[in-house]
Parts: sequence; structure tokens; C-alpha cells
Amino acid sequence: MFKSFNLGIVLGIALAAAIVYSFPVVDQYREKSLISVHANGGNSELFHISLPEDRIMAGVQGAPRSTPPGLDWPDYDFLANIQTELFKVRNESGVVVGAASRMSGEMEEHGPFVEWVVHLPARGTMFVKMAVSPSPDGYRQGNLRAGTREFLTLNGVVLERFVREEDDPELGTVGRIELAAALVGPAEELE
Amino acid sequence: MKYVISLFIGMVIGMALFVAGIYFNPFVGNSSVSPLAISDLDLVDLSYSQVPGESIVFTNDGESRVDPYPSKVLQLWEPTVRNTRGFVTTLNDSRGEATGIGVKFSSDSERTALMDAEVLVDSIWHIYLPGRGTLFVDQTENFWSYLRDIVIPARLSSGENWRGSWHGIMSTGPGALGTARVTGSTGSLMGVEAEAVESISAKAYSATSGPVGMNGNLTIALPHAEEEPL
Repeated sequence: MFKSFNLGIVLGIALAAAIVYSFPVVDQYREKSLISVHANGGNSELFHISLPEDRIMAGVQGAPRSTPPGLDWPDYDFLANIQTELFKVRNESGVVVGAASRMSGEMEEHGPFVEWVVHLPARGTMFVKMAVSPSPDGYRQGNLRAGTREFLTLNGVVLERFVREEDDPELGTVGRIELAAALVGPAEELE
Repeated sequence: MKYVISLFIGMVIGMALFVAGIYFNPFVGNSSVSPLAISDLDLVDLSYSQVPGESIVFTNDGESRVDPYPSKVLQLWEPTVRNTRGFVTTLNDSRGEATGIGVKFSSDSERTALMDAEVLVDSIWHIYLPGRGTLFVDQTENFWSYLRDIVIPARLSSGENWRGSWHGIMSTGPGALGTARVTGSTGSLMGVEAEAVESISAKAYSATSGPVGMNGNLTIALPHAEEEPL
């Protein structure tokens, strides 16, 4: 009986180790990536943000109404010309796949800037620096400055476009922000 | 029959021993000494409150113990973002004065391995520092010691809270020394590649509402500013 008890202890330790090792503690839900692959090895992907329903936060001083309700945006002088926004991000099918922050404004010493951080939990994060002025057709082009995980080694551009649909007195501006990413990996030597 | 019963009891005790071995393993856990402590670079210290109610915005899936703030903020309830938190806070300098603003997204990492005492979170910061520029910080944080030393004792406590003094370095990568990666983008930080370390100093935690007395600190080691030629 003592031998079976000792055997049980060993089996218990082995079983617990096997369970802890085999079953993932975190399993991020993945949506199918809607990526177009191009002949040069690059890929392109379209994201969008529906406004106003995907806006988590709009941090801007003197805004007529706060998003979210109850937001107490600081009134520091250094934030006077800075706008910080948080959004949910959707893929081409309209499914939420991540969250994003957009900072823009004008720094006293260094001038205007527009930046995006697009965080896709199951894939990684893109940090994009945009051109300050959009093109005549409404597109603002940006470069991928840094990325994590899936985007770590990629380079490329991201286009931002705001499509205004209507101005609702209750909801504010209704429309969507489109983010089109065209990224390519580092060149690899052919064997 | 008695052999089966003794085998079963042995297995239960074996599993309990395994769990206790992981939980009480003294050889794992977060360091309390920053790998940047001996750096000769320019260190920028940014501190902030970890208490959601003292932040500008905190959002999660809405079902966690820590409530979103403000209460009507849009919650990250969709399956793809359910394990993600969004946090916006004022960043203070070492004198406690507001010196910038930061956005943090944190997602539970699939590389979490309890066997190795790793409760990992992939997190990024998007930071604006007036007069300097903007920064992107990406890192992996290990919350094992935080869970073991604060969260679990709080839940086991009859008062459902923890009080004490705890300090831990959370950053565990991707840098070789366990540092976060920093990318500067605008202003005088344009093109800067640097390292950072995030730490937490805790004094009180509630099992029902989350952090009560807790500060975070982000230390960024920036290259020396180039001196103007005479």
C-alpha cells in the first residue's frame, strides 16, 4: 500500500506537470487575417474604424462633449495643441481585431505630427508615423517606424483616409477612418 | 481497493506538491534591481498611478475585477480584444510634476508558461513628452511575482486585501538584459533607439477592486544629447 501511495505521488507530479505544460494558459482568439499577398513578397491589408461607435476616447482640450462620458481630460498647457484618441480597429469584414491610439498636434519646438499605434493582440503592434498633410485626394501616407512580433521585421507604408458620411447633431461626425497597410519583409538571399 | 485509494491519495498529494513547488520556488521571480541602474546614459524617469480611478481612461473587457474608468468608457469585450487592457495616464517626472501623457495597451501573452513562473503580458506605450517628442515602447512584462506576492495573498486574506511594501521590475524583454525597446519618432527623439525598464511599487491592493495604492515607473535610458561644437 505504501508503494502504491509513493507511486501515486510520482504520478500526481507527472500529471500536474503534463497538464500545466500541455494546456495553454492564454489562447488569444484569432480572426482570419484578410491579407492580400503580392508578387514582390509584400502584403496589403485594410483596417477601418467606424465613427463614432469605435471611438474609445477623444482627448482634446475644450471639446464640446467628452468621449467617454465623464472623461476628465487634463488641462495642462503642454496638451493645448495635442489630440489623443483611442479606437477599436476592425478588419475588412468589419470584425474588431484590435485597438489603436492616434496622437496628433503641434509641438512648440518641433512642429506638427501625426502618429498611429495599431495594437492587434494576436499578431503584434504597428507604430506608424504619418505625413502631416494629406494628399489632395484625402490620403495621408505614413511609414512603419517600428513593429512587434508579426510586424517586427516588416517595412512599408500605411495610408490613412477619413471618409465622412454625415454630420449628426447628436452623434457628431459619422464616418470611418480607413487604414491601408502595404508591408514587405526584409529581402532574403536566394540559395 | 485499498491500493487504488492509496494511489489516488498519493496522486492528489503529488499534484499539490507540484503546485506548491511552483508557487514557493524561491529561485524564480522578478528582480527588484533595474538593469539600467548602472547605465551611464541619460535616464528619464516617468511615474504614474496604477490605480484605474486615478488614470485618465482605463478599459478592459468589463467583466474583470478591476472596473473600467470612467464607468461609461467603451469596453474591449470582443473575443479578439477580451484579454487586452487600454490605459491612458499623465506621466510625472521625478519631482512629481506632469511631464507628458502616455497610452498603454497590454495583452496577455500566449507565451505564458506557469512551469517557468512566467505570467507574460505583451505591452506597448505610446508616449508624448512636450519639448522632446514622441516615443514607442514595446516590452514583455512578467506578472508572476506580482500575482504570487500581492494578488493571491489578497484573495486568500479574510479582508480581501493586501497591504505592504513591494517593488518589482516588470520588464523582461525583448532586450537581452530584460529591457524594453524604445523607438523615438518625432522632435529631438526622432530616430532614437533606446532601452527602458518598467517597475511597480505597491502598497495596497484590493481583491475586489484591484490596485489601491500602487505606482508604476518607466525609466528610459536615452543617448546623451549631442553637444553643440564650440
